Amino acid sequence: MKPAAAVVFATAVLGATAIAAEIPLADRKSGYEYMGRETRAMQDDDTANPGMLWVLDGEALWNRKEGAAAKSCADCHGDARASMKGVAARYPAFSTERGRPVNLEQRINICRAEQQQSTPLPFESKELLALAAYVGRQSRGMPIEIADDERTKPFLQAGRELFTQRQGQLNLSCAQCHDDNWGQKLAGAVIPQGHPTGYPLYRLEWQALGSLQRRLRNCLFGMRAVSYPSGAPEYVDLELYLMWRARGMPIETPAVRP
Amino acid sequence: MTGSRPSPTKSSADGCGALVYAVALAAVIASFADDARTQEQLRPYTVVGDAIPQSLTGAKGDVERGRNIVVNRQVGLCLLCHSGPFPEEKFQGTLAPDLKGTGARWSEGQLRLRIVDASRLNPGTIMPPYYRMDGLTRVAPAFQGKPVLTAEQIEDVVAYLATLRNE
Repeated sequence: MKPAAAVVFATAVLGATAIAAEIPLADRKSGYEYMGRETRAMQDDDTANPGMLWVLDGEALWNRKEGAAAKSCADCHGDARASMKGVAARYPAFSTERGRPVNLEQRINICRAEQQQSTPLPFESKELLALAAYVGRQSRGMPIEIADDERTKPFLQAGRELFTQRQGQLNLSCAQCHDDNWGQKLAGAVIPQGHPTGYPLYRLEWQALGSLQRRLRNCLFGMRAVSYPSGAPEYVDLELYLMWRARGMPIETPAVRP
Repeated sequence: MTGSRPSPTKSSADGCGALVYAVALAAVIASFADDARTQEQLRPYTVVGDAIPQSLTGAKGDVERGRNIVVNRQVGLCLLCHSGPFPEEKFQGTLAPDLKGTGARWSEGQLRLRIVDASRLNPGTIMPPYYRMDGLTRVAPAFQGKPVLTAEQIEDVVAYLATLRNE
């Protein structure tokens, strides 16, 4: 090996010792901060935010009697503006029924099954997104607060491992982009830190409201990795880790993103 | 997917102790005979130092085809992470070094190894292995048993990148 090549080779090998690190709490940024003025204005103005259409549908669903029990959400929970304040900021949370953390959509479906004696709403259905958006809206501006719960710790750890695991034909991990390279451009788009502060959110690319799991599936597709079925425990573990990673950041639901 | 990485062997012919990796992937692939998928056979190659000096196909690649692969976001994927001297391409990445001057910085053999499997030089690299199928996890069905690029495509890309000599 020529001396010059030897130096390059050694540098490349030493460079490998740089290990991915979590983003310091003070350096965290919502994807909102990378958006243009117009997209921010769309999110900030309820009359311009397309996500508010789902919120309004969700409010109607909240008050509609459902299932064999002919009960509405409001029959148990009353006015969501009071009872649901801060709830979405705490999800995923441990479910004693399931013995593991569930996300907000799964929590809604547990209520439907047990209280309303009704069928679960399909993931990504307009109705489930609407209810999740309506409940999420009641936490807008409140800090994400994932409980320090011994029961959820193994799932949080599993989520962290999924985040740092390389996968797919392109052999990438979530952390390589969202911890190590946020702020850089992937093709033309700025890579955000990946904080799920505004779900379900309205994505201009989708021309629709969508869940965090839908967004995670998009990334797995880009990595050429197998995606999980909607509601899979792996997604919920990842959601739990991402929400913990975004702890203290304010909820933006329904957010708008490019 | 299971499979073994080729084990490195010391080259006695090289006084500086460059590592020579004797790759016998064909043998590994043969062990998947019960696998219903058709697997692309990876051609064997030899790593010398930080390079694969010999063409994967035994032939020189085509410069023009190489450029087309590099700018194609579904095939080469290069511009997702790299920028380069492609004025007609609007959205280029900044995750990785600019491709401008690549041919002046690296030999063809060095370029070849960096495309085939950059993780041999830097295990933490974000650069995907373009010609490796073992050691990958949860590969989507459409891409299982296939490298990102074929040996021919890699030779085309190497030939093109070698022409980028202006910094």
